[in-house]
Amino acid sequence: MSEKLLEISNLSVEYRTTDETVYAVNGIDLEIRRGKTLGLVGETGAGKTTTALSILRLLPDRTGRITSGSIRFDGEDLLTLPEDVIRHRIRGERIAMIFQDPMTSLNPVMTVGFQIAEAIRYHTDHLSKEQIEKRVEEVLELVGIQAERKKEYPHQFSGGMKQRVVIAMALSCEPDLLIADEPTTALDVTIQAQVLAIMDELRERLGMSMIMITHDLAIVAQTCDNVAVMYAGEIIENGTLEDVFTGDKHHPYTIGLFGAIPDLEHETERLSPIEGLMPDPANLPSGCAFAERCPYRMDICEKAHAAVYTDGTHRIACNLYADENNKGEA
Amino acid sequence: MEKNPLIQTVGLKKYFPVGKRKLHAVDDINISIQEGSTLGVVGESGCGKSTLGRTIIRLLEPTAGQIFYDGKDITNLSEQAMKEYREYIQIIFQDPYSSLNPRQSVSDAIAMPLKLHANLDVRQDIAKRTKELMDTVGLAQRLVNSYPHELDGGRRQRVCIARALALNPRFIVCDEPVSALDVSIQAQILNLLMDLQRDNGLTYMFITHDLSVVKHISDEIMVMYVGQCVEKAPYAELFKHPLHPYTRALLSAIPVPNISMRAKKAHVIRGEISTPIDPKPGCRFAPRCEHCSERCTGVDIPLNEVSPGHFVACPYAEENL
Repeated sequence: MSEKLLEISNLSVEYRTTDETVYAVNGIDLEIRRGKTLGLVGETGAGKTTTALSILRLLPDRTGRITSGSIRFDGEDLLTLPEDVIRHRIRGERIAMIFQDPMTSLNPVMTVGFQIAEAIRYHTDHLSKEQIEKRVEEVLELVGIQAERKKEYPHQFSGGMKQRVVIAMALSCEPDLLIADEPTTALDVTIQAQVLAIMDELRERLGMSMIMITHDLAIVAQTCDNVAVMYAGEIIENGTLEDVFTGDKHHPYTIGLFGAIPDLEHETERLSPIEGLMPDPANLPSGCAFAERCPYRMDICEKAHAAVYTDGTHRIACNLYADENNKGEA
Repeated sequence: MEKNPLIQTVGLKKYFPVGKRKLHAVDDINISIQEGSTLGVVGESGCGKSTLGRTIIRLLEPTAGQIFYDGKDITNLSEQAMKEYREYIQIIFQDPYSSLNPRQSVSDAIAMPLKLHANLDVRQDIAKRTKELMDTVGLAQRLVNSYPHELDGGRRQRVCIARALALNPRFIVCDEPVSALDVSIQAQILNLLMDLQRDNGLTYMFITHDLSVVKHISDEIMVMYVGQCVEKAPYAELFKHPLHPYTRALLSAIPVPNISMRAKKAHVIRGEISTPIDPKPGCRFAPRCEHCSERCTGVDIPLNEVSPGHFVACPYAEENL
């Protein structure tokens, strides 16, 4: 059994409309090892959710299309599997996803128990009604909800409880990979802490791998093993948690992200935000996408894509470190 | 010598009727904000912090208590008399997507308060002032005729700030102004708000659920729980010596972007915020509190000053010192 559970290579995704083409993901490479958590960080519109939807083959039918690359999951290329195989064997069963807003991902007119049972019924063949009910109760208790509450409707739960229901549903088939898309953004801090603690504990107990999509570096620091920073559809820096948080070299965008967070430990007079905005993904520059906002911009950055610097597990796509890379290889 | 505070409330209450019962959204809040300083109000959703902000500027009518602006009681002023004060008191809302009229261009939105209040009848004067305001908040002049849907969240929030600044207010209620924005944009807006305060001597009441933001911007911080103030202190004191168990729980629940802190498992509090409908007397945090005893229920816990400027509503606060 290979160490790598999921391997994305050279993935590009576009959204095409009659007016324009949005280049949402542009040739990214990613891998997730068994039992590990990858943090996918970036601003709104960086392509994080599009990447997740590509893995599950849930891109919108008419507009979204994958233009290149492969997504290998446990040895199979998900992009070439027929839709019914994805639906019956992969989506929900081996790869599950939790969405940002628990209020909209539950059906308001069905009991939560029914909704969880539906997932189990769909993915298991020969379970009796009683066995399914028992499994529903098990997963609810797993996320800290009393089993009796399976008869209640979503509006009877608070935001944090609803997100737990969604987690219970995602875990009901014991997936190998859980994709959590901003699972706590809609929740209060104390509830966020509860939900993160539960996810962490369950991941360890079930030996799942996880992709944690977030814009919050603090959540990454507390929950992930590896980190990939996305910007305008590209991964501009990735590596282990230590590489990205304490390594001595960083992409200027990563430095900017850290500078923008108010520090609880130290006094800072002024935050140092990144000036400007992310380029429009329908109209990307030909060179480095970050060049326009970059304080270390060089002439070469505007002409060609950034050279990639690698040091062990740490990878940075920036021309700043191009020279050092060549030295290392020579 | 202690100056008169710019904004002061005494025993401010706002109850909403729920059938025959009462929802205690704001319950006996006393605050005073000195001119040029910032009061941060922190709490979870549903704790009444936004209601407090809106009641202070009389977008909601208080149920009881008094509100003072610059020493004058504005609690019972008629809408007509209040209009005079509206120039000096402004608000920035959380969601820049829903607080701008989609059919008003940027210049229309910023000019609206000028048309309503200022004595700038001449069209050119309004246009000139609008330009000035756009410069102040860092909006490019080319956006002057853009509509909200053409702008991203950060720029929309800048329009809202420009609109709030139009009449040279002295006091601005900022109701979660950065929660809907990305971190890098959030930092730009926070810097802008702090620059404006430094240059114009503005007074802020800054409402947020994000403790790291509130620490960055506030002089004094008030922690709210189910309509009540549970702890109030200068910002450095609150972070150094949090005394109320809820404040401590809030502080330990914030994830820190530092991997060396990871081993220190967050101290997770149980349960969820209790209902604000007809709450029983006693500490409202008691059901979730690990120090809770019979001293905490039955009687309301007063807000005690444990050290100069540091107020706590917890019977065990003194022992924790």
